Amino acid sequence: MKTTDAPTPEVEKKDAGKIFLEEVTTGGSPKGARTGSRLGQFVLIPFLAVLTGLIIGGIFIMLTDLNVYQAFSRGIGAGFSEAFRVVGASYSALFTGSIGDPVRWVTALQSGDALEIRRAFNPFLESLVASTPYIFGGLAVALGFRAGVFNIGVEGQIFVGAIFAAFAGYSIKGVPAVIHIPLALLAGALGGFLWGYIPGWLKAKTGGHEVINTIMMNFIAFRLSDWLLSGPMKAPNQFNPVSPPIEPSAVLPRFFGPPTRFHLGFFVALGVAYLVYWLLFKTTWGFNLRAVGANMFSAKYAGINVTLNIILAMSLSGALAGLAGANEVMGLNHNLAMAFSSGYGFDSIALALLGNNHPIGVVLAALLFGTLRNGATRMQIAAGVPIDIISILQAVILMFIAAPAIIRTIYRLRAPAGGDTGVTVRGWGGG
Amino acid sequence: MEPILELRGITKRFPGVLANDHISLTLNPGEVHALLGENGAGKTTLMNILYGLYQPEEGEILVRGKKITVHSPNDAIAAGIGMVHQHFMLVPVFTVTENVMLGEETTRFGGFLDEEKAAARIHKISSQYGLEVDPNAYIKDLPVGVQQRVEIIKLLYRQADILIFDEPTAVLTPQEADKLFEIMKSLVSQGKSIIFITHKLREVLEFADRITVIRGGKVVGATTPEEATENVLATMMVGREVELIMEKEESKTGEVVLQVNDLVVADDRKQITVDGVTFEVRAGEVLGIAGVQGNGQTELVEALTGLRKTASGDILLQGTSIAHASPRSITELGCAHIPEDRQRDGLILSFPIYENLVLNTYYTPQNSKGPVIQWDQVVEKSRGLIKRFDIRTPGPFTHAGDLSGGNQQKVIVARELTRPIHLLIASQPTRGLDVGSIEYIHRQILDKRDSGVAVLLVSTELAEILTLSDRIGVMYRGKIVAVVDAKAATKEFLGLLMAGVPEEEAKKKVGPIEAQTTRERELY
Repeated sequence: MKTTDAPTPEVEKKDAGKIFLEEVTTGGSPKGARTGSRLGQFVLIPFLAVLTGLIIGGIFIMLTDLNVYQAFSRGIGAGFSEAFRVVGASYSALFTGSIGDPVRWVTALQSGDALEIRRAFNPFLESLVASTPYIFGGLAVALGFRAGVFNIGVEGQIFVGAIFAAFAGYSIKGVPAVIHIPLALLAGALGGFLWGYIPGWLKAKTGGHEVINTIMMNFIAFRLSDWLLSGPMKAPNQFNPVSPPIEPSAVLPRFFGPPTRFHLGFFVALGVAYLVYWLLFKTTWGFNLRAVGANMFSAKYAGINVTLNIILAMSLSGALAGLAGANEVMGLNHNLAMAFSSGYGFDSIALALLGNNHPIGVVLAALLFGTLRNGATRMQIAAGVPIDIISILQAVILMFIAAPAIIRTIYRLRAPAGGDTGVTVRGWGGG
Repeated sequence: MEPILELRGITKRFPGVLANDHISLTLNPGEVHALLGENGAGKTTLMNILYGLYQPEEGEILVRGKKITVHSPNDAIAAGIGMVHQHFMLVPVFTVTENVMLGEETTRFGGFLDEEKAAARIHKISSQYGLEVDPNAYIKDLPVGVQQRVEIIKLLYRQADILIFDEPTAVLTPQEADKLFEIMKSLVSQGKSIIFITHKLREVLEFADRITVIRGGKVVGATTPEEATENVLATMMVGREVELIMEKEESKTGEVVLQVNDLVVADDRKQITVDGVTFEVRAGEVLGIAGVQGNGQTELVEALTGLRKTASGDILLQGTSIAHASPRSITELGCAHIPEDRQRDGLILSFPIYENLVLNTYYTPQNSKGPVIQWDQVVEKSRGLIKRFDIRTPGPFTHAGDLSGGNQQKVIVARELTRPIHLLIASQPTRGLDVGSIEYIHRQILDKRDSGVAVLLVSTELAEILTLSDRIGVMYRGKIVAVVDAKAATKEFLGLLMAGVPEEEAKKKVGPIEAQTTRERELY
């Protein structure tokens, strides 16, 4: 989008932060703001990245399957047909494991058996369950990025959020669910808030880089939870290091009977996503955060309190991550266990980038990640494909998102006006 | 004489724009050929084609009569074409030698860097062309003017004969610029040929052998300094008559708006850079602060606008002390600020125009209901401002970073001057802008002055100071060494004061001022 009177694209010095922000700052604009080409860039690239990721994942599946090698020893034709059979079987298992088997849906609905219907639709619901912590985590990272801070501490903030929510869940007794659920959720948010506040404060006041400090805070959070579970918060009559179960009034209600686990948390996550969107793009507070993230000097010039907003950004980011922890405790586990979050926080960084740090994009990316994660289990059981293939898939997708030039080259897409830009983050010493 | 470089019918289209429309150009050996045009006229595009960064749709490039194709800067360098970019392509944490070697490393024992040999060659080049530089200094420690010399050495090191200078003086102080011109003279006298891209008329008339003017992607005229005058060139460039001398009414000064008393400010390294400055600005007048860059002007303006802490002294804005006030409260007291670095401070380049237009008023009742910003309303207002201030853009959703420099500055001016203000602080308001935009922004500043706003203008361009100011203060080493009536000031007199010559002595040197004022002033 060059102006008509400036046909000379200036070769300007760009630091990583600038490039990153260029890629990031659309969205939230009033109607008509996005032109077709920009929208195309933001939808097409992630879509093609996912597609290419699936293709490359398929190649890995072929390469890791012993049957394929044996088939190739019998002949080229047999080899290829076996290779494609294996990939087909794996991806169809991935699909039925994450979305469900359409044939089973129909027969279940025809039979009218409630349990069978629930079972038929469970893969899909389970994907939504798996997506929920990703939505919270992705929002946390995205909000940080928009405000110019790189929150790697989401994983730790999830743990602290879970600790706070679990404590509020089992220690408060005798209150109705309408009060207890919001209270426990807020407790989780508060835990994450505090865990984000500390590196935020360190960055704003001392210049300590938040990447290092949040990583350190992660370790503190992990060990803190280990210690609490083996001592102060350990359930009295339990051999395992788990907390007491939370009160039934703090449990996020499930919508359908067993075996489904689909619970209220998913809709809470969608509501929070809207809230983050509204905050970032519609309010003065969000403008402050985005301005500080985009250009600290202009923000200061515009009279915005930079220090306050850096602290606020890290704290709010932490609060969102804390909600992810609360969601897991209150929706699924109903107590706090060791190592209950397996890398949600780190995957969140990837999916925030995939979602272009926009709440809508984050929700979509979270659904994708949740679906892949859920389907992977089934793929392992049904097709014997190691679950790690999904990690490779996610990594490849992310790599293409971070380097859109590769995708453009593969699919012969034209670069957007204004040069090639990649999603990257404010690097070391970037303020 | 056979031209060393010839461009024939170069045409380049960008989506929706014809950036170069059949441009032809010849460069003779040993000459300085100036390429003159406004920002966005297509000069840089043409040079990027020549340097292999873009491919033209039509046209051909000939070097020494032979047709060449340039697909990358490497092809250009192989053909003896080198370019000094407006923004330097240097690695700040590398030494001069390392930077010069980069891409063409001198090695020994098949793979080890031979820095001594390279340094010796650099030394030879620098003494041959008068490019003084220490080969072992780190780039980050060097002033901008010296960094530029390193860029030139890089080209000579690669044996370039055709040197392209893209707006080389935009980042230099007047002294550095003079030094650069000496270097350029020395280069052409030793057989190099130079294409000199600029929009500064004075430089062209002084240093070019031939001039080609480009407007809207087309060559609109070719001339020589002997035949042309500033007015002729300006008209060719802009396409209409340009007011190079601003007509202005007598100032009607009112009460004191800004009062600065014995102000002391330190810079980031805790050095005192503003050292006991006292002055006042009255309603309806322009006080110009002249001075060589780096004599405390930046820190002074930052202190006045709340961006930098004051060490001691007081600043009164209409009687209210703002020495320790926040930028926002100073803005709310009616102070507008056109900052020195528009891209760093004045705009958020990755934000659209409409967000930049409310950068410091987004939270006010006009733009927000409670915490909710009324974006639809803001966008509508922006459309009005874009029209009124003639910001050339497809619309309010265009990112500020996609605008040309002049239009970026217009966004700032539109934002700052449409608020109710009592004081305008304009720092380098036209740096790097073309003639048309300069004229426009000067007119806006004078209109504000005529409507009773107190204006503090900080500029290193003496012509600008003399055009706009009613009184002129000269800043030297953190002090205001003299405040003179603009009518009684000449460029020569101010130049002496800026160089640190005491006022009395300067007066003696330039002789009776009244006698030459009128004539001198006509030159601006």
